[in-house]
Amino acid sequence: MKKGPDKSAAAVALGDVVVTFRLAGGGSYTAVERATLHVADGEFVAIVGPTGCGKSTLLNIAAGLLAPAAGRVDIFGAPLATLNRQAGYLFQADALFPWKTALENVAIGLETAGTPASQARPRAQEWLKRVGLGAFGDRYPHMLSGGQRKRVGLAQVLIRDPKILLMDEPFGPLDAQTRQIMGNLLLDLWSADRKAVLFVTHDLEEAIALSDRVVIMSAGPAARVIGDWRVPLGRPRDIGEVKLDPAFHELHREIWHKLKAEVIKGYAQAEGAA
Amino acid sequence: MKSRAQLLLMQIAVAVIGIALWYLLSTYPLFGRVVLPPFFFSNPLEVAMQVVDWFATGVIWKHLWVTLEESLLAFVIGSIGGVLVGFWFARQPRTAAVFDPYIKMANALPRVVLAPIFTLWLGLGIWSKVALGVTLVFFIVFFNVYQGVREVSPTVLANARMLGMNERQLMRHVYWPSALSWMFSSLHTSVGFAVVGAVVGEYLGSAAGLGYLIQQAEGVFDVAGVFAGMFVLAAFVIVIDTIVSLVEKRLLVWRPTAEHGRP
Repeated sequence: MKKGPDKSAAAVALGDVVVTFRLAGGGSYTAVERATLHVADGEFVAIVGPTGCGKSTLLNIAAGLLAPAAGRVDIFGAPLATLNRQAGYLFQADALFPWKTALENVAIGLETAGTPASQARPRAQEWLKRVGLGAFGDRYPHMLSGGQRKRVGLAQVLIRDPKILLMDEPFGPLDAQTRQIMGNLLLDLWSADRKAVLFVTHDLEEAIALSDRVVIMSAGPAARVIGDWRVPLGRPRDIGEVKLDPAFHELHREIWHKLKAEVIKGYAQAEGAA
Repeated sequence: MKSRAQLLLMQIAVAVIGIALWYLLSTYPLFGRVVLPPFFFSNPLEVAMQVVDWFATGVIWKHLWVTLEESLLAFVIGSIGGVLVGFWFARQPRTAAVFDPYIKMANALPRVVLAPIFTLWLGLGIWSKVALGVTLVFFIVFFNVYQGVREVSPTVLANARMLGMNERQLMRHVYWPSALSWMFSSLHTSVGFAVVGAVVGEYLGSAAGLGYLIQQAEGVFDVAGVFAGMFVLAAFVIVIDTIVSLVEKRLLVWRPTAEHGRP
C-alpha cells in the first residue's frame, strides 16, 4: 500500500533547507537549519514540534510563500521557483474571504482558474455537501462556527484538487470533540484520492492518529528534523478508536520521550525571550 | 416590545419637557425677569410657525433641494477621488511616502478657510460649496480606503494567492472589497461632512440653501428664523442618516453586527 521513499517521485522534497529572517534591529535569525524532509506521493506526513520551532515556516517553504536562504525544494522532482501551484494550503488562522458567502468562498478557487461561475457554483455546492454544509451555502463566514469555517476552508482547498495538501494546525483553534470529527472528515476525504499531505501540529496524538509518518522537529532557533517514525496503524482509521490501540500507545511513548526534551527547551527559550 | 414603547414614551417626554421649559422660560418672568429673553431665544411657538410657514408657502423646498444637491455632489466626487487616490497610494508605497507630508498638511488645514478661495474661484453658485464638501469627504474616504487596502489580513492574502489569484483577481476579490468595506464603515461620517461642507459654504456666501436661510435670518436678528433653520437642518440630516443606515445594512451583510460610529 505504502509507496517507498522514491526521491525522484517525492511530492515534496526539502533538502538541507535553511531559513533565515532579517531582524528589525539588524542581524538575522535562523529559524530552520538544514532541514531535510521527503513526502512521497499519497503519503500523509505530520510534523510535530514545540511552539515556535519553525514548523509553519517549513510549510510556507513547501508552499512557495517563502524562499529558503539555502537548500533545495523540489516538488514532484522539479525545483520550486515561485508559488507551488500543485499545493492547496489550509491555514491555521481564518483565511476565508469574509465578504463572500460560503458557496462563493468555495467556488472562488475554480473561478480564478477560469471556470465560469455557472459551472463552479454547482460544484462548490457539491463540495459543501461533502463537508456537511450543504444547507449553509448562503451564510457569510461570521455566521458560521469555528468548525464550520474550517469545513468551508477544507472544501475551498480541495475543490481545486491539489496534488499536495499543506495544513498548518488547521484544527488548532477547535474544541476537542470538533477536532476529532474534523480529523475523521479529513481522513475520509483524503482516502478518496490519497493526496500527499504535510500536516503541521503541536498535538502528538493528533499527528499519530492521522498520519503515515510522524516527523519531529527540535526547538528553535535553528530548528532541525530530529526524528522520523512510521505509524504502524492500518487504514481506514477512526481517530477515536485508533487511540485505544496498543501500537498507538507504544509509538506515542517512544516519540514523546524524544519530544519532551525539545518541548522543555522550547519553553525555556520562550520564557527567556519574554 | 413593551420596553421599546416605554423608551419611545420617555424620548417623547424629553422633547415635551424641553420645549415646555423653553416656552415657559421665554414667556413668563421668573423672579421678576425673563430667563430666556425672546430677542435671543425666540420661543417654540414662533419657531414652529416659521417652519410651518416655510413648508406651507413652499419656500423651503428650493433651499432643501440646493443643499441636498450640493451634499450629494460633494459626497460622490469626494468618494470617487478618495477611493482612487487611496487605492493608488496603498499599492504604491513609494508614491504614498512622497506625498505623505502634503496629505497630512492639507488634512490639518481647517477647511473653512478654503471657503473664500473657492467662492473666488467658483463663484457664489453650488460649485464652491461642492468643492468645500469635497475637501472634507475626500480625506475621510481616502484614509479609510488606504487603511482598508493595507490592512488586508496577510492570511487571507496568502490564501488568495494559494488559490491561484493573479494580481487583477487579487484586486477584484480581495483589495477592492476590503477597501469598500472600510469606506462604507465611514459612510455616516463622510455623508455628514458632505452636509457640513454644503451648509458652511452656503452660510459664508450664497444665494440659496439651508445655510443661506439661517444666515439671512441671522442678518436681520430673526432668531425664530435661525432656530427654525436649525430644526429643518437637523431633520434633514437625520433623514439622510437613516437612508445611509439602510444602505449600509444592505451593503455590509457579510459583516458581524457592525458597530454604528455616528459623527
